[in-house]
Amino acid sequence: MATKKQSKINLINLSKSDYRGAPTTLCQGCGHNSINSQVITACYELNILPEDIVKFSGIGCSSKSPTYFLGRSFGFNGLHGRMPSLATGALFADTSLTGIAMSGDGDTISIGMGQFKHVMRRNLPMVYIVANNGVYGLTKGQFSATAEEGLALKGHGQNPYMPIDIIWEAVVGRATFVARSFAGDPKQVRELLKAALSHRGIAVLDIISPCVTFNNQDDAHHSYAWGRNHEVALHDLSYVPLAEDIMVDYDEGESKEVDMHDGSRIMLRKVASDYDPTDRSTILCMLEDANTKQELITGLIYIDTEQQALFDTYNLPEEPLNRLTNDRIRPRRETIDKVNAMMF
Amino acid sequence: MTTVETKIQSNKAIASGSVVNDFSISVATMNGSGSQTSNLTLLRALFKMGIPVSGKNLFPSNIQGLPTWYTIRVSKDGYLARTETIEVMVAMNATTFAKDQAALVPGGVFFYADDIKQAITRKDIVAYPMPVKKLAKESDAPASLRTYVANMVYVGVLVQMLGINPQRIEQALDFHFKGKEKPIKLNLDIIKKAAEWAEENLQKSDPYYLEDLDLTEGQIMASGNTAGALGSIYGGVQFVSWYPITPASSLAESCIEYLPMLRTDPETGKNTYAVVQAEDELAAIGMAVGAGWGGLRSMTSTSGPGISLMTEYASMAYYAETPVVIWNVQRMGPSTGLPTRTSQGDINLTYYLGHGDTKHIVLLPGSVNECFELGWKAFDLAERFQTPVFLLSDLDMGMNQWMTSPFKYPDKEIDRGKVLWEEDFEGLEIWGRYLDIDGDGIPYRTLPGNRHSQSGYFARGTGHDEFANYTEDPDVWVKGMDRLLLKFEHARSVMPQPEIVKRKGATIGVIAFGSTDPAIREAIDYMSEEDLEVDYLRLRALPVVDEVRDFIRKYEHVYVVEMNRDGQLHQILSLEVPERATHLISLTHNDGLPLTATWIKGAILGEERN
Ligand SMILES: Cc1ncc(C[n+]2csc(CCOP(=O)(O)OP(=O)(O)O)c2C)c(N)n1
Ligand code: SF4
Ligand SMILES: [Mg+2]
Repeated sequence: MATKKQSKINLINLSKSDYRGAPTTLCQGCGHNSINSQVITACYELNILPEDIVKFSGIGCSSKSPTYFLGRSFGFNGLHGRMPSLATGALFADTSLTGIAMSGDGDTISIGMGQFKHVMRRNLPMVYIVANNGVYGLTKGQFSATAEEGLALKGHGQNPYMPIDIIWEAVVGRATFVARSFAGDPKQVRELLKAALSHRGIAVLDIISPCVTFNNQDDAHHSYAWGRNHEVALHDLSYVPLAEDIMVDYDEGESKEVDMHDGSRIMLRKVASDYDPTDRSTILCMLEDANTKQELITGLIYIDTEQQALFDTYNLPEEPLNRLTNDRIRPRRETIDKVNAMMF
Repeated sequence: MTTVETKIQSNKAIASGSVVNDFSISVATMNGSGSQTSNLTLLRALFKMGIPVSGKNLFPSNIQGLPTWYTIRVSKDGYLARTETIEVMVAMNATTFAKDQAALVPGGVFFYADDIKQAITRKDIVAYPMPVKKLAKESDAPASLRTYVANMVYVGVLVQMLGINPQRIEQALDFHFKGKEKPIKLNLDIIKKAAEWAEENLQKSDPYYLEDLDLTEGQIMASGNTAGALGSIYGGVQFVSWYPITPASSLAESCIEYLPMLRTDPETGKNTYAVVQAEDELAAIGMAVGAGWGGLRSMTSTSGPGISLMTEYASMAYYAETPVVIWNVQRMGPSTGLPTRTSQGDINLTYYLGHGDTKHIVLLPGSVNECFELGWKAFDLAERFQTPVFLLSDLDMGMNQWMTSPFKYPDKEIDRGKVLWEEDFEGLEIWGRYLDIDGDGIPYRTLPGNRHSQSGYFARGTGHDEFANYTEDPDVWVKGMDRLLLKFEHARSVMPQPEIVKRKGATIGVIAFGSTDPAIREAIDYMSEEDLEVDYLRLRALPVVDEVRDFIRKYEHVYVVEMNRDGQLHQILSLEVPERATHLISLTHNDGLPLTATWIKGAILGEERN
């Protein structure tokens, strides 16, 4: 009995239910639900205290998601397209916290393009998930800016514009961790989430997350069928936490290892081609090539563990800013004469 | 150090009919010609001579080439408002030469750069040429600095001709160049040469003199934006996010200037603050709201166009009950309007900023000193009431240098409002983020980083119940909005009191706010001279307190004076005291220039004597 019970808690004595949120109100089969359960599992398996996480989101079905995971964590469901700024300010309050942001393709790439670009430029340490379904789910299925050219949707005609590729934007925007995955590939989503949670800097995860209600026709690029038939993983990815000193017996030349800041590692086992996610210069060629071949490339596309993160440049105290006592935030009384003297 | 020795002492015997320490000087230059140092040097020297003085930069939205005027008013009576008359003109700009001449009062003085080959057409003024180019060329200044030091020529000529105390000039330069000997000497030399030239070549034949007084003792000189920044720093600001915009930029820039000195932890050498220049105002307020929610004393500063971009987050902060301090240093709108001109046109926008039923605490500093005082108080109010608090300043107050009483160290402990940390949860029976336990409409909040397993909640702009859970229940919505109103009414009772200045026998009242204060006070003196006694209420905050309503009810006529077209404060007050609405009279003037006492007096007398 006792052993059975033990198997249901993690190293910090929490059970899976400590990581759950409110019951989902998203459509059954929505890709977002699948991502949410991987967030729960990743945090559970990494033994993260829910109170060490802060959740952020904008507006959309995808942005509702933080309600459905990590119910004990603090979170802020902000404005449409303006989540990155909110998260930036909030994370200054206590930089020991880990931010997990959930956004949609509309929230990030249409209305939120500006803040998306700037949060990458600042390298805010945060996991930034974009649940990408090619439509605006919450407002009933209008085209989003990631919808492919020529996509036909009921009631909305044909999309005449070229799509924006979130990965391109992230790479060009100098994000220090860029990955793509597919909600229909939960294991990869989970391993990427774990790796992203160990990254010190912005970690952008573009996860194709089908909207079963408005954009799941077999030939639509954000559908389950398309994902299943066109996904090409760059590598077989597994995350190795610091505590587990696992010897992975991959053959020489078969795998690549990325050392993370916190001592954990990402193991990338070669699948088809050689791919080096630390070399930014080849990414666009690779993506363009995949585009022509109609391949949905997934995996860790780019990582830079050297770039300093936002808070590294601020010379902040050890303890969180939001716990500084009053005497530390108000200058001492004797300073006022000096200040007045400076006023001529 | 070099000293300017002038022979102005010879003018000591000031003739009768002279005008001493009571006139306005206007310096007409070209934008970007480097006259700012000269003008500030004059202003500061006069201040140090003990003469009440104010300086206003009336400048175009342009970096280089368009005409700009700097006006200095000296007033032995202590009046600091702008005047409509100019007694002394310094004409350095060929393009406005004729206009500047025409602007002078009869008998006025016209100092002009002699390289401007235009006719002196007025016979009723005294004109003095100044060999600006020649003296600049003869100076030791490197060629690159020549146009810049050329502006010191008029300083030297004014020193000699008006009688400015040269030691005070030196003091001003020493301050400006932070004691750096080289630039101080360079500038002093040319001032000295110009003064000597004036002494040898000009015969004083005008009546305007400056004399040492002792009326500025104990005063300081600062801009509202500097004061606002310092007030924020003493208020414990921990997070500043901003996006550049005239006339607000120098507020955030002053934070950046003074924070390292005042808020580096002496023990650890670490910063107890963070400043982020955002990509736009949407992001600036987003960051500030995020930081406020996170438990930091956070602020952002902007002007009208930025305020409109901040609307959506301000609304959310009101509804999600997030403290944040927002400075609106007003300029003239709509749109880009006159971006370098002053106005009070955003009071309605700011008070009601948002969608749905939003209304906010708006603090209305009426002096530079008050920018400091309300600057620190704003954080206490924002955190106490868990809501955005706005401060409404304007270009005139924010960017110009004013003499003001020294900043006073906060006389109240910092109030962080109702915050629960881990230990506060021990023995706590019930807690909901939006649960009103005390009956004052103010719930208790928790901050991210609190590791107690009951402390977390999901903040949102969507409908929520007392436990921060999503709901669209109509009754819960109404209850929530009613509680916000209760909280607002509670805030009303602790708003800064208005300042009321009474006069014996007053029959009418005036209400105003912000930078118009000096002009109103001066106008009241003038009206008294014409046997109309006026009581004055200077509003310091919205929502209004009972004293304001009482004041409005007291007089047959109460004039609401403001710098916008539609009488926005007048509208707000009419709603507050509807039964007196017909007794509230709106007086507005909005041309981008600071109000003058003459206009106010004319407007009120015009109404009263009609
Ligand atoms: C300022 C603003 N404009 C428009 C909306 C309406 N709106 C809500 S969600 C949404 C699109 C969401 O799309 P996406 O981010 O892709 O999320 P999804 O629902 O597809 O997961 C829009 C336009 C809004 N809430 N706020
Ligand atoms: S509408 Fe689409 S995106 Fe929204 S919950 Fe349903 S399936 Fe998911
Ligand atoms: Mg979408």
